[in-house]
Amino acid sequence: MPGKPLPDAEQLLQALVAKMRPEVGPETGLVGIHTGGVWLAERLHKALGLKTPCGALDVSFYRDDYERIGLHRDVKRSDIPFDVEGRPLVLVDDVLYTGRTIRAAMNELFDYGRPQSIRLAALIDRGGRELPIAAQWVGATVEVGAGEGIELKRDERERLSLALYKRSAPDVA
Amino acid sequence: MKIHIRGGRLIDPKNGIDRVQDVYIAAGKIVGIGEAPLGYTANRIIDATELVVCPGLVDLSARLREPGFEYMATLESEMEAAIAGGVTSLACPPDTDPPLDEPGLVEMLKFRAKTLNRARVYPIGALTQSLQGARLTEMAELRDSGCVAFSQADAPLTDHQVLFLAMQYASTFDIPVWLRPQDPALARNGVAHDGQVATRLGLPPIPVCAETAALSIILLLAHETGARVHLCRISSAEGLEMISRAKGQGLPITCDIAIHHVHLSEMDIGYFDPNCRVLPPFRSERDREALRRALAEGTVDAVCSDHTPVDEDAKQLPFSEAEPGTTGLELLLPLTLKWASESGVPLPIALSRITSDAARVLAIDAGHLSIGSPADVCIFDPAGYWKVTPAALKSQGKNTPFIGYEVCGKVSYTIIDGQVVYEAATASSRR
Amino acid sequence: MWLDPKNPQLNHNGELHHLLSLDGLPASILWQILDTAKSFAGVTEREVKKVPLLRGKAVFNLFFEPSTRTRTTFEIAAKRLSADVINLAINISSQTKGETVLDTVANLAAMQADMFIVRHAASGAPYLIAKHVAPEIHVVNAGDGRHAHPTQGLLDMFTIRHYKHDFTQLRVAIVGDILHSRVARSQIQALSSLGCPEIRVIAPKTLLPSNVESLGVRVYHEMREGLKDVDVVMMLRLQNERMQGALLASAQEFFKYYGLTEDKLELAKPDAIVLHPGPMNRGVEIDSSVADGQQSVILPQVTFGIAIRMAVMSILAGN
Repeated sequence: MPGKPLPDAEQLLQALVAKMRPEVGPETGLVGIHTGGVWLAERLHKALGLKTPCGALDVSFYRDDYERIGLHRDVKRSDIPFDVEGRPLVLVDDVLYTGRTIRAAMNELFDYGRPQSIRLAALIDRGGRELPIAAQWVGATVEVGAGEGIELKRDERERLSLALYKRSAPDVA
Repeated sequence: MKIHIRGGRLIDPKNGIDRVQDVYIAAGKIVGIGEAPLGYTANRIIDATELVVCPGLVDLSARLREPGFEYMATLESEMEAAIAGGVTSLACPPDTDPPLDEPGLVEMLKFRAKTLNRARVYPIGALTQSLQGARLTEMAELRDSGCVAFSQADAPLTDHQVLFLAMQYASTFDIPVWLRPQDPALARNGVAHDGQVATRLGLPPIPVCAETAALSIILLLAHETGARVHLCRISSAEGLEMISRAKGQGLPITCDIAIHHVHLSEMDIGYFDPNCRVLPPFRSERDREALRRALAEGTVDAVCSDHTPVDEDAKQLPFSEAEPGTTGLELLLPLTLKWASESGVPLPIALSRITSDAARVLAIDAGHLSIGSPADVCIFDPAGYWKVTPAALKSQGKNTPFIGYEVCGKVSYTIIDGQVVYEAATASSRR
Repeated sequence: MWLDPKNPQLNHNGELHHLLSLDGLPASILWQILDTAKSFAGVTEREVKKVPLLRGKAVFNLFFEPSTRTRTTFEIAAKRLSADVINLAINISSQTKGETVLDTVANLAAMQADMFIVRHAASGAPYLIAKHVAPEIHVVNAGDGRHAHPTQGLLDMFTIRHYKHDFTQLRVAIVGDILHSRVARSQIQALSSLGCPEIRVIAPKTLLPSNVESLGVRVYHEMREGLKDVDVVMMLRLQNERMQGALLASAQEFFKYYGLTEDKLELAKPDAIVLHPGPMNRGVEIDSSVADGQQSVILPQVTFGIAIRMAVMSILAGN
């Protein structure tokens, strides 16, 4: 366990809202990545007062670790309730790590149409990128050991918090 | 050659013997039981301590696959299997290619078997020409060339008039007719017992009534013609009940079952195991229990291997397309012992079903060790465990659902006509 | 490859390695397939209906018995997963020339196959193939004899779930030729695994297997009685060749007593849905007005069928 405690998720979210507000127009489509990213996208959507409904992606069908670990149990349904074509999009994820999930999400988005732009918002950037991907907005940059992962949790009152967990096998985040 | 079998447990069901007693053989015959004849000096002494000495087994049905199916098995390979299984006399069904419907074919088979100097072969002649169920064979001629009975094997006989006439004709010469009761129409396309397994797996069914309907016709015609009828491979409780009743009424019939039916049921098909594709099909647990009981009580006269070697290509097919049959000459003894020990049947009774009772059905002088009779002897280790594997089987057919089973009962010596024709590799003997 | 001899579909982790039958599959695997298919149903509604999961994999459609419809749905599903699809209609005559099923399969496996989709006229043929293929190859049963048609059974469950949501409150009737139907066997097994409390079969005695009750169903010979208050009516196809034997007297009589008509359907619950695996014999087992009517979900079944097959293939290829 690192000495420093993890930052408070709710505070990070507020910071993210503040950074995004001036740069995100009302036509922007928010797309959360299952599961934590979807919670965040819903909160951001409300806070930013966007008109376009929120989208959700489960990138299981696009992951590059399928060959190694197979199809994820409990694949959620991707749901993009707006026309992607020509629209500015913001991908929302809880933890940005290797960048592989974002790669998969972008591939999936392009199967819905050709967006005008895609930007990325992440609550936590823990470094360790394996692909040329960077976020426009980050709540905080945090360092954790390679054997650990950061997980976003949501309690029954929908309050968000961060927690550390032991990674059993290397996966992408 | 004079052989002295010393110290074994002699079980000769026909003569009511079950005790440790020496057996003396000379000039191909049994010459002494318990005590040697005067002036007897053995050329060879077999130490049978802790072994069972019994008459050589008599198998009522073993397909040797010659002529016509040499790719499945040959006389050489199957005769090796027979003696390795302690079988000294066997009846072979007529469904060779061509079928045994001409004296020349029967003589050839007998001649080939004789030159091999192995088990005695008793051909069952074809009841109808080419087994086609239409024209009778020359039964008297065939009998003279060595056929002991006549049968359709598994070929259908749809015409009841032909069956009626065949039975009349056979009874003219007092030749037994062997029939496996199965109504071809009721069994049409069927491959498995019409029960819950066939229902679950979607296998075309063979209902029990295919057996009982045929049986009722056969029993009526047997009564009508006075023919000596032997009923082969009964598979159902209902069928046994009919036979038991007919026997009670004094009809001169006998019947057998196959040893694999004593142990397995439809459940053993599992997920389409082609080795469980047999004729008649494995039936329900209830039927299997009835078979075991009837075999103990004697309603069933004898149990046979129904040995049917099948090559891999014909067996490794979808269940319904796989060639039916199971290899069994080498399993007849251990599976009979298994049944005896599971059912608490005394060893002499169990052994009689594969020796003296089977010989009685065949009406041959075999299956006993009386003084003066041919010295056909099986010596086995009743505590000898072995695992059924393809490599352990001498038969060219490796098709048996018992692969992987640990069985008890290992043949140490097989003696035919006073000659040791088989000797297990591990058996010890003193000269 | 270690496969459980008692359930040769599962690998040592209890995961699906082949899909041969729904018999003996844990309910959790059925739910996994249904859930995954739900996600794939989303994919099939998109503009680009393709995902890259099986990129570079070779799926062989191995049809020993012709069936354009089933083969096509598997082909579409495989292509939507970005797999390479090779269709092989095995000439039955090459089989009679002595080449066995296993010869054929061995030849194809040498062509670097990853998955075999097998249709065969003999019950159990996919088991034989699964038993003999290399461990990395997956086998999907696309219908074998009278035994099983697991993807059809699953797509029917997907359809029922889509409209009725919960299996535990349902009364389902399966009508027609149960005896020869691999579809019916798979439906019955799936419904029982998923907790359906009342499965009825409706047929004349000649079209019911013996011991059909052992599958866990209630038997009705009178259709009007059997349809009373059911939530789901699953019609089966009556093969034309059944008319030639002695199983039935005539198509007309069958339709009169076991064909689904509007007035018979009125006996079911008002919101009952009607399924049919296709292809339909209109006027033999189902009246056109029912087949094309409000309560028919026969066309959605076809669409869902693609999602189910995508789910099955992607789960298998990943295990």
